[in-house]
Amino acid sequence: MNNARSAILARLRATPQGMLPALPEWRTDVPSAERLDRFCTLLEASHAEVVTSASQRWPALLAERLKARGNTGAIGPVLYAPGTAHGRQLAEAWADQPDFPLVAYDRPVEELKETLVHGVGAAVTGTMGGIAETGSLILWPTRDEPRLMSLLPPLHIALVDAGALYGTLTEAMIACDWAAGMPTNALLISGPSKTADIEQTLAYGVHGPKELMVIVLDP
Amino acid sequence: MNAPDPAATTASPPHASFAARAHVALADDGLRRKFRRAMDGLMTKRAAQFADTEAWASLRARGAAIRRRALARLPELLEQLEANCRKNGITVHWAETSAEADGIIEGILTRHGVRTIIKGKSMVSEEIHLNHFLGEHGIGAIESDLGEFVIQLAKETPSHIIMPCIHKSKEDVASLFEAKIDGQPYTEDVDVLTATARRVLREQFAAADAGLSGVNFAVAETGTLCLVENEGNGRLSTTLPPLHVAVMGIEKVVEQLEDVPPLLSLLTRSATGQTITTYVNFISGPRKTDEQDGPREVHLVLLDNGRSRIHGDLQLRETLACIRCGACMNHCPVYTRVGGHAYDAVYPGPIGKILTPQIEGLGKAGDLAHASSLCGACGEVCPVAIPIPDLLVRLRREASHAIPSSSVMGAGAQHSAVEDWIWRGWRWMYATPLFYRLATRMLRLIGNRLPASLPMLRDWTRVRAKPQFAPRSLHDLARDRGYHDE
Ligand code: SF4
Repeated sequence: MNNARSAILARLRATPQGMLPALPEWRTDVPSAERLDRFCTLLEASHAEVVTSASQRWPALLAERLKARGNTGAIGPVLYAPGTAHGRQLAEAWADQPDFPLVAYDRPVEELKETLVHGVGAAVTGTMGGIAETGSLILWPTRDEPRLMSLLPPLHIALVDAGALYGTLTEAMIACDWAAGMPTNALLISGPSKTADIEQTLAYGVHGPKELMVIVLDP
Repeated sequence: MNAPDPAATTASPPHASFAARAHVALADDGLRRKFRRAMDGLMTKRAAQFADTEAWASLRARGAAIRRRALARLPELLEQLEANCRKNGITVHWAETSAEADGIIEGILTRHGVRTIIKGKSMVSEEIHLNHFLGEHGIGAIESDLGEFVIQLAKETPSHIIMPCIHKSKEDVASLFEAKIDGQPYTEDVDVLTATARRVLREQFAAADAGLSGVNFAVAETGTLCLVENEGNGRLSTTLPPLHVAVMGIEKVVEQLEDVPPLLSLLTRSATGQTITTYVNFISGPRKTDEQDGPREVHLVLLDNGRSRIHGDLQLRETLACIRCGACMNHCPVYTRVGGHAYDAVYPGPIGKILTPQIEGLGKAGDLAHASSLCGACGEVCPVAIPIPDLLVRLRREASHAIPSSSVMGAGAQHSAVEDWIWRGWRWMYATPLFYRLATRMLRLIGNRLPASLPMLRDWTRVRAKPQFAPRSLHDLARDRGYHDE
C-alpha cells in the first residue's frame, strides 16, 4: 500500500509541472435588497413550501400549518432537537398540543434507529443561513442537532433567519470562515429529495424528505 | 422483498468493434428515440442556464484554471489532502490499479465483518468493477441511486454517467419491478415506482453494515470530500451505516474550499441544467465522540489506474481536468444515435473516447478514438474547456504510429504497414509532377470503371456513393484558361 503511494507520487513528480495559470477574476452576487425574494422564489421553484413567521410565533404557526393539511394523525410524531434554542422553544410551545407528539433526538442513532427510520413523520431543524443565488439552506449539523434529522423523516421543516441570507456560496464560505474549521458534515439543501432517473420524469422523496417546509424567521 | 442480487453484476458483452456494436444500436429505433428525447431535453436545459454568454465565459475560465492549477500541483495537493484527511480522522489508502483498489476495499470490509454494503453513485466503483469483485468475496453491494438500482435489477451496465438508466422506458422499469420485487403490481406511474424504490431501499440502508460513495471534489486545504446529488442516497450511504468508504480518482483534488463554488455551478448546470443539486455534502471526517450519528470510520481510497501516466503528457493531461458532468455526451451526435452501451466502456461518449483508450490501452479500446465525427460540439460545451477533438486526433495518431511512444499504453497498436505504404506513395506522387499527371490521367480513364466492391473502396461505398472522376482535371481546365505551372 505504501509502495503504491510512493510509486504514484514518484511518477507524478517525474513529469513537468506544466503551466500554473492564475485564477481569473470571477464573481457573482445578489444585491442585498433582492436576496430574500430570490431565495424564496428559487426554493418554491424547487418544490419547497416557504412561509414567513415572527421568530416568537413559529411553533404556533407550524402547528396551524400542519393541522390545515387535515388528517393530523397521518403526519405522525415530529422529531426535534431538545438541546437547541429552537428545540426548547418548540417543546415549550407544543407542551399541551395533542396532535403532534414530539420525539427528541437525544441519543446515538444506534439506540434510536427503528424510530428514525420508520417512526417519525417530520423533523424540525435550524440552519446556518441561506444562499440567495441558488435558493439553498446551509446546514451545519452538531451534537445537538444530528445529521439524520434533515434526511430520514418524510417532511423536513427548516428554520432560517432572514438576517442570515448570503448572496452566494462563496460569500458564505468567506463570511463564516469555513476553511478555519469544517464540521463533520456541512450540507446545502435546495429542495426536497428528488429524482428524474425514470424517463426524466421528476418524482419527489425517493430517499430523503418528500417535502421541505422552510420557515423564514423575520423578527 | 427480493433484494437485488448483489453478486450479479453485468459482464461485458462479447468483444466486438465499436463499429459493429454501433450498427446494432442504430437499427434499434426505440433506443434512438429514447436517447434523442433525453438529449434534446438536457441540451435545452443546459442552454437556458448559460444564456448569458459573458457570465458563462468567465465562469468557465475560472473553472478551467482551477482544474489546470490542481493538475499542475497534483503530487503536493494529494499529500496535503492526505495529511488533512488524517488530521480529520479519515484513513487514506492509495491504489495503483483497479485490482489493488478492490483488494483494499474488500480488506476494510472484511476486517469489519461487513456482509452488505450500500452504495451511492460512483463511476470509479464501476471503473474498478467493485460490485463484481465483492460478490466473488461474498459481500453484497447494493446500488441505491434509483437509476443504478434499476440497472442492477436488470443486470445491466450504466449507459450514461449521470443518468445510468436513460436507455430504459417507464414501461421497462414497470415490468422489471413487477418481476423482481415481491408484491409489486405492474404500474407505469413514476411516483409509485419511486415510492417502491424508497420502501425497498430504506430497509437496505437500515440493514447495511457499510456505505460506499464516490467523490466529486476533494479539497486539499481542509481534507473535505464533496458529494453532489439529488436523491439523498449519497447522504444516507455516508451517514447511516457505521462505516463509510469513499473512492476517488487521484485527479479529483482541488486546492481550496473556494474552488468548490465555481466548479459546483459548472457541474450541475452543465449536467442537468439545475442551478444546484438538491444536496451538496461536505464530508470532513467520521462521527466525533460526542456526536449522535454519522459513520464511526471513514476511509478514502485514492485510485491511480493509469492516471499518473496520463498526467505525464502535458497535452493528454487535459483529460484529467474532467469534472464528469456528462455534457459532452449529451451534445455528441454519435452518442445520441448509438447510446451508451455501444461503447462497451464504463465511460461512454466523448470523455469516454479519450479516457478509456488511455486507461485500457489503444490496443483494446483504440477504436473508440474513431467513434467521432470531430464536429467539435463536445469541446465547445465542456465546462472546463477540455479540447476533446484535439485529444481524439492525438490518440488516433498515437495508435497508428510506427514507433510506439511511452505516453499512451498500446501506442502503435493500430499501425498498418499497408496504410503506411499508401501514404508514402501518395506523398511521392504529389511531390513528383510527372507521376502526378500520369496518375490523374489514369484514374480519369479507369477510375469510374473500378467496381465499388474492391477491397478498401468497399468500406467507403458501403454507406456512401462512389465518387465520380470528372472527365477533365482541374489542372487541365486551368491550363485552358491560360494559367501556367510556375
Ligand atoms: S469532458 Fe468536459 S463535458 Fe465531458 S464530462 Fe468531462 S467536464 Fe463534462
